[in-house]
Amino acid sequence: MASFGVVVFPGTWSDRDSHFAVHDRLRQEARYIWHKERDLSGLDCVILPGGFSYGDYLRCGAVASMSPVMEEVREFAARGGLVIGICNGFQVLCESHLLPGALMRNASLQFRCQPTNLRVETTDTPFTTEASTGQLLRVPVSHGEGNYFADAETLARLEDTGRVVFRYVDATGEATAESNPNGSLNNIAGIVNDAGNVLGMMPHPERASDPLLGSEDGLVIFQSIVRNAERVLSTT
Amino acid sequence: MASFSAEVFVVLKPLVNDPEGLVIRDGLHNIGFPEVASVRSGKYLTIDLDVGSRSEAEARLEAMCQKLLANPVIESYRVAVREAAPA
Repeated sequence: MASFGVVVFPGTWSDRDSHFAVHDRLRQEARYIWHKERDLSGLDCVILPGGFSYGDYLRCGAVASMSPVMEEVREFAARGGLVIGICNGFQVLCESHLLPGALMRNASLQFRCQPTNLRVETTDTPFTTEASTGQLLRVPVSHGEGNYFADAETLARLEDTGRVVFRYVDATGEATAESNPNGSLNNIAGIVNDAGNVLGMMPHPERASDPLLGSEDGLVIFQSIVRNAERVLSTT
Repeated sequence: MASFSAEVFVVLKPLVNDPEGLVIRDGLHNIGFPEVASVRSGKYLTIDLDVGSRSEAEARLEAMCQKLLANPVIESYRVAVREAAPA
């Protein structure tokens, strides 16, 4: 049994879906954490869900990164706790400097809400151990600012150290320009930090967590977290 | 204590692609401004603050830009400070 904390900022909208994925579908413990709270005790994994925290004012995730709960999430991550930022959560993690780079306006300037194919690039993270390398996951995106950018040096380091976890690909597994919904560099859909315990991804695995939703391919990410939660806790 | 007014300009760094600026440029081309070579979009903020001196105002605004107003990964900023006229 793993214990999940689902952070709720004003304007978060995927908190219920994230709770559903881990609590209803995987039968794990889960509780909501309001952005002004500081108590992360007993958690194995913090989920920063999608949405429009603080109305996306100034920059997506910028104001949320200054909230009280994020101070605690920084410490939680530093202790080795698992953190997954989905969509707006990925933006918050970049603004908090827990992940490198930034998420910019989609190259199309359009808000894109559509299914994507993700290729699992590595199983050497606590978020993907239950998947296989090269496996394709059908998971939707829903964002206007998911265009991953990092300077050339950072990008090279991410690629060279295997920290790109998911890439947008076509149905045959090729990373093409057409399969990239937002113009992300190298078709990047998700990355982890140096330590490997903080994942940011623009697609919504919680919205691919039940056959009724058209896909349950996203569950493998949460299943991996559950599998690895015990190991992570024992080392912290 | 003195009152200062600041203008803060936040723009994307030159190396960062600016799709919004490209669309604005194309729009200007379409309506009869073919001479437009490039457009960069950004943010403009005005900030009023009460501090002891101009140098303190500049230092505080610099810190605001670093911490919140700009994202140093993709953006650069410029601050112009002037003493506000007494009310």
